[in-house]
Amino acid sequence: MSGTLPALAGVFAGLSLMGVGGANAVLPEMQRQVVAHGWMDAEQFAALFALAQAAPGPNMLVVTLVGWRVGGIAGALVATAAFILPAGLLTYAAAGLWQRFRDAGWRSRVQAGLTAVTVGLVLAAAVVLCRTTAQNVPTVLVTAASAGALLFLRLHPLWLLAAGAALGAAGLLA
Amino acid sequence: MTPPGARALFAGFFSVGMLGFGGVLPLARRMIVEERRWLSASEFTDLLALCQFMPGPNIVNFSVALGARFAGPAGSAAALSGLLAGPVAVVIGLGVLYTRFGALPVVAHAFVGLASAASGLVLATALNIAAPLRTRPKSMLVAGAAFAALALLRLPLLPVLLVLLPAGVLTAPRTRG
Repeated sequence: MSGTLPALAGVFAGLSLMGVGGANAVLPEMQRQVVAHGWMDAEQFAALFALAQAAPGPNMLVVTLVGWRVGGIAGALVATAAFILPAGLLTYAAAGLWQRFRDAGWRSRVQAGLTAVTVGLVLAAAVVLCRTTAQNVPTVLVTAASAGALLFLRLHPLWLLAAGAALGAAGLLA
Repeated sequence: MTPPGARALFAGFFSVGMLGFGGVLPLARRMIVEERRWLSASEFTDLLALCQFMPGPNIVNFSVALGARFAGPAGSAAALSGLLAGPVAVVIGLGVLYTRFGALPVVAHAFVGLASAASGLVLATALNIAAPLRTRPKSMLVAGAAFAALALLRLPLLPVLLVLLPAGVLTAPRTRG
């Protein structure tokens, strides 16, 4: 148990620096590492991810929950800090330089290149999560309906999460 | 406008963190550009571009960069802790409830539905950000390779990034002018 906090710090600091385009981009890698450490299985990770979506704030709170599950309050704080500090320090250091290159042509080109990779990573995250939560036809329908409702009806995400939970609680997804 | 101090930065980011369900960025923009007028719209866009450029959660990086601009390291620490203090406490509270009641059949069943809906939300986000790539076949190829490497082959992320980030930048469209 004594090695848990350093292990959490190492995993999430690494994920912080690989998070090209945000926290969702590293979800598959996070799931892979968390399962490989034997901290939980893929279904438990998906449940924690869902729980994190129900909280307000940045979409990185699954990190806090994984830390909490593995190492209690200390684990939650260590995982959260490890996930935000490396990237945050990098941003802090770059903030001054950024102004200077405002009009540099390479800046927009590098951004476009990063975006292409981010799109692939977030699509992969979606498929990895969907594969975990797709247990039967009704659950697949809930996933498709919530994606469609967000894309086409622009419903608030919280309503969609609540609707999914209500359908589940009513025993319609078993 | 007088530049906000650490206390104002903490308060501003605390409010958007606690109210930001399903995305903090739109709320942060309204607070920073329209309500408190800490930045102009173009300054906001430029600073956001930096945060999208850097690894890690965009809004978290944004709080660091904005805090730094107005109040140095103390400003960064204030904005960052304001953004995260409330949500971290809430999510740990949810975790405690889940641990205590998660074994009840009705809660377990609700979670199956919640998780299925949450997967759909990530899917919708992915399709949204993928849409602009339709007109850029080379970028689509890079995105497709990243997708295949992670979702189908389940390769570790680091080597995938080391290959695909340079490929993405080299195939990105040249900008005019």
